[in-house]
Amino acid sequence: MTSGLREARPTQRVVRPAGLRPAWLAGGLLAVLVALIAGLAFGSVQLPPAGVALELLNLIPGIRLHSGLSDREVAILLELRLPRVVLGLLVGGMLALAGAAYQGVFRNPLADPHLLGVAAGAGLGVTVVIAFRSTGGDATTELPIGVPMAAFAGALIAVALTWLLGAAGGRDRSPATLILAGVAVSSFLAAAQTYVLQRHVDTLREVYSWLLGRLSTAGWHDVLLVLPYAAVTGAIVLSQRRELDVLTVGDEEATGLGLHPQRSRCLLIIAASLGTAAAVSVSGLIGFVGIIVPHTMRLLAGPSYRSILPLSVLFGGAFLALADLLARTAGGQAEIPIGVVTAFFGAPFFVVVLRTSRTAAP
Amino acid sequence: MTDISERPDRSRAPAIVVAGLRVRLEKALIVDGVDLDVRAGEWVTIIGPNGAGKSTALRAIGGLLPFEGGVELNGVPVDKLHRRERAKTIATVAQSPIVPPAMRVFDYVLLGRTPYVPPLGRESAADLAMVDEVLGELDLGRFADRRLDTLSGGERQRVFLARALAQGVRILLLDEPTSALDIGHQQEVLELVDRLRAERELTVLATMHDLTSAGEYADRIVLFAGGRVVAAGPPREVLTEDNLAKHYRVRVRVIEGDHGPLVVPVRG
Repeated sequence: MTSGLREARPTQRVVRPAGLRPAWLAGGLLAVLVALIAGLAFGSVQLPPAGVALELLNLIPGIRLHSGLSDREVAILLELRLPRVVLGLLVGGMLALAGAAYQGVFRNPLADPHLLGVAAGAGLGVTVVIAFRSTGGDATTELPIGVPMAAFAGALIAVALTWLLGAAGGRDRSPATLILAGVAVSSFLAAAQTYVLQRHVDTLREVYSWLLGRLSTAGWHDVLLVLPYAAVTGAIVLSQRRELDVLTVGDEEATGLGLHPQRSRCLLIIAASLGTAAAVSVSGLIGFVGIIVPHTMRLLAGPSYRSILPLSVLFGGAFLALADLLARTAGGQAEIPIGVVTAFFGAPFFVVVLRTSRTAAP
Repeated sequence: MTDISERPDRSRAPAIVVAGLRVRLEKALIVDGVDLDVRAGEWVTIIGPNGAGKSTALRAIGGLLPFEGGVELNGVPVDKLHRRERAKTIATVAQSPIVPPAMRVFDYVLLGRTPYVPPLGRESAADLAMVDEVLGELDLGRFADRRLDTLSGGERQRVFLARALAQGVRILLLDEPTSALDIGHQQEVLELVDRLRAERELTVLATMHDLTSAGEYADRIVLFAGGRVVAAGPPREVLTEDNLAKHYRVRVRVIEGDHGPLVVPVRG
């Protein structure tokens, strides 16, 4: 053995602290790149992936490469597909990040924007805005600016209701109590939503096409609408990644370690709800991303939120962009709602990941 | 093992001073006017029947529960300390700490450095070195890369201690540190605490059920009953057949041992 060589490098740590490993970061970025190129190249009109990549490089100021795409193809690429793929990356990243944050905050592996009722609350908020806006005149497909705020208000009310209802179970409540509370809140809010819809039947079609989950009418307008929310959510949640690791030992011990658990929890819940609301307001109800992606990251890259959170953003975005690609290509002429795709692939995939993780401890 | 003649000088400064401590849990008064002091370097163990308020008092002293009355750590009221400062002063090892799933021993002990990590910052090389040192001192180096949830009870208890030591504190609160262990590991953990106390000049306040161990390791024993202190002093003065009969409703024989009284329950 060359033990002398090892002693020559005393700074080499035997055990590195948990955190985002460069290999995983590179993998996440690669996944985003693959999803981006695939999402742009494939569809009703096939574009050569190499040409797509060159056109993307052309977006960087000062670069002018010949991609071999016609003007019409470039227009399809930049005006139709790029905003849609970017929106998929943003929405997927935010839903996965919000899911990871909820799981950490509630110390509950089942927490997810949908199971907690947050998405239903945001959905009710959007429904109310769509139903009550001036019905006559020009009904554009663009979402009013107020939609994300209404969704945010609905999301916060929902998560507060779920938390209070779950807390009514007493101090020793099980993870299931919170989820049951979330199911109850979701049902209640869905009923309220149905009531609003019944009173405004004229908006039924518009609301339902949105509810099923869609990235289809997306243009740059929707991207710009969610971008500020995504930035705020991302910054706040990622800034709390170490706190989330400390919270895994419980509130009392976290307090003993100098943390303010309630303050961190409030901040994270608000940020995650904001992200969920923004995602829901532009894309409708897309399930499974918030629970599958963070879990997969946890099982593959370890339990530290310092790796789970950033990887959830990257892989969540890539997952949703690819799911959208499938949604618009697999069904022939008619698009499949993207929520159907995520559930269809998400559920079995999750089972596989769960089973393999039993045998291979990290 | 500390000999009686080597017990700390009683004139040393008090590390913990508790005066008129009252703690309510969900409106029930659990601790009802406790006075207690622990001098620097001393080991004091609180004993008492179930429900006497031992753990609750310990949690309040550690600043983990709201309370009425006064608790001073090194002369500073605990509620005046910023929570990060408090975490650098006093560490509590809970009776059965939550074991985060899949977390490695190294990362768990590193959580002890939380009060030293600036907000939005990350652990420094000094923090990592401190964890290495503590793991080495507690003979846990070979477990550093292992998952905490795969360790045995005795190994886990050492890891919990390691996290508390990583906080760099001089005052250690131990809530039932041996209740989950077999007698071999009980002795191992208590010897370890005693060794660390000497090496690091720690002040130890513990709660315990095993009266013989309590008497063998502590400089002084405080007997709780009904949320109050009913007896306090050197083990020989507190661990008497009369005291235990009265407050535990138990018949015991107290036998003189090498390091303190041996308490043996006997059938009535």
